[in-house]
Amino acid sequence: MKKFPSILLTLVLTTAGVAAQAAELTVSAAASLTNAFKALAPGFEARNPGTTLLFNFGSSDTLLAQISKGAPADLFASADQETMDKAQAQHLLVASSRHNFANNALVLIVPIDSAPLAALADLRKPEVRRIALGKPEGVPAGRYAKGALEAAGLWAAVEAKAVYATNVRQALDYVARGEVEAGFVYATDVAVQKDKVRVALQVPTEAPISYPAAVVAGSPNAQAARKFVDYVLSPAGQAVLARYGFVKP
Amino acid sequence: MDSSAWIALALSLKVAGCATALNLVLGVGTGWLLARKRFPGRELLDAALTLPMVLPPTVLGYYLLVVIGKRGWLGAWLYETFGMQLIFTWQGAVIAATLVAFPLVLKAARAAFEGVDPQLERAARVLGLGEWAVFLRVTLPMAWNGILAGVLLAFARALGEFGATLMVAGSIPGKTQTLSIAVYEAVQAGQDSTANTLVLITSITCIAVLLSSGRLSQARSAKVMR
Repeated sequence: MKKFPSILLTLVLTTAGVAAQAAELTVSAAASLTNAFKALAPGFEARNPGTTLLFNFGSSDTLLAQISKGAPADLFASADQETMDKAQAQHLLVASSRHNFANNALVLIVPIDSAPLAALADLRKPEVRRIALGKPEGVPAGRYAKGALEAAGLWAAVEAKAVYATNVRQALDYVARGEVEAGFVYATDVAVQKDKVRVALQVPTEAPISYPAAVVAGSPNAQAARKFVDYVLSPAGQAVLARYGFVKP
Repeated sequence: MDSSAWIALALSLKVAGCATALNLVLGVGTGWLLARKRFPGRELLDAALTLPMVLPPTVLGYYLLVVIGKRGWLGAWLYETFGMQLIFTWQGAVIAATLVAFPLVLKAARAAFEGVDPQLERAARVLGLGEWAVFLRVTLPMAWNGILAGVLLAFARALGEFGATLMVAGSIPGKTQTLSIAVYEAVQAGQDSTANTLVLITSITCIAVLLSSGRLSQARSAKVMR
């Protein structure tokens, strides 16, 4: 039992040590940004010594729900305007800090060894038994897909075969494992599993898919958060995003 | 939204019920084997079968994906031979829930069988009962209370199963979206009012299970006393 107080002391000291360190910037970002934002981190941290980036990736709606319940995020980067608008309506953001920093496209993917789909209407075929997409109520990629399918008059047919994912990367994983015959993801996601899935076709969306970012209201690191947005918008940041397939806004 | 909450509840009860029925047969059989038979590797088998209780559900979920997935070694065979796909089906959810809750029945059954005095079984044999009759008329009735406790725990565990189920069965409303998964989805999507309804239904169901299990064991012990 003698050891116990010393363990406590070590714990207290390490916690205090972390607190005393320079700023940790927590970025809540859409799941589709996972690889690109991780690749942005070294460049940003090199330019801003003492600031460490922490990422929290998930579906945009999940991130919004977390922030609205007081999650200590400093910056919010969403995969659609709708979620950002909701956050702004709840006064969770510093409105002046909102910027669009990237565009993306929606694609229909199939497992790499499967027969191709020539058109969206092919999703009606009986061979296509299951279709993965983000849950429209909670995942922007699912909402984009639902919108496009409704416009094409195919939503009822797809809904009957839908397997809902909690974020776009989960839909990607379902297709990569061959458990579903097709799935809706962003063009940029395909590169993550390019030996397991391929693009069947580009899916036109009603509104362009653009990614906004904004500083979270009350963030103690608002200054650093603004610097990160500036870095993402800078030529160096845009070059990294382009490498991962994102298009300039 | 209300009707979909009831559908989720019905599905949860169906999955947990099937998993518990399977576990009753498998757990009692294996528990008896481990308690009454001596064979090499017995303790190793016990440890391996208890593993699902200790492993994180995500690890189990991954194992299941690799084994019964369409490209898994068992899943590929099932798909090619019978055209059967277990991932994203309620049967897949039953497999996940069965696996996770199995050790609870096994442990209870083994301990209960070990608590039955072998002298009584020998006496029954001397009086001319066959092996099956000894098991059904002597061993099982004496071990039953202990087994029942394990079975009820297993039912509760199967009802609340989340991690492995989500990985194996996904979340298809009306097909594989059980209560615990529906709650997770509603919270993830920021739909708090839906979450409130679901959480309320879940809590009431769990209280009902606890109460009925209490009555069941009371009724049983009263019967034994008489």
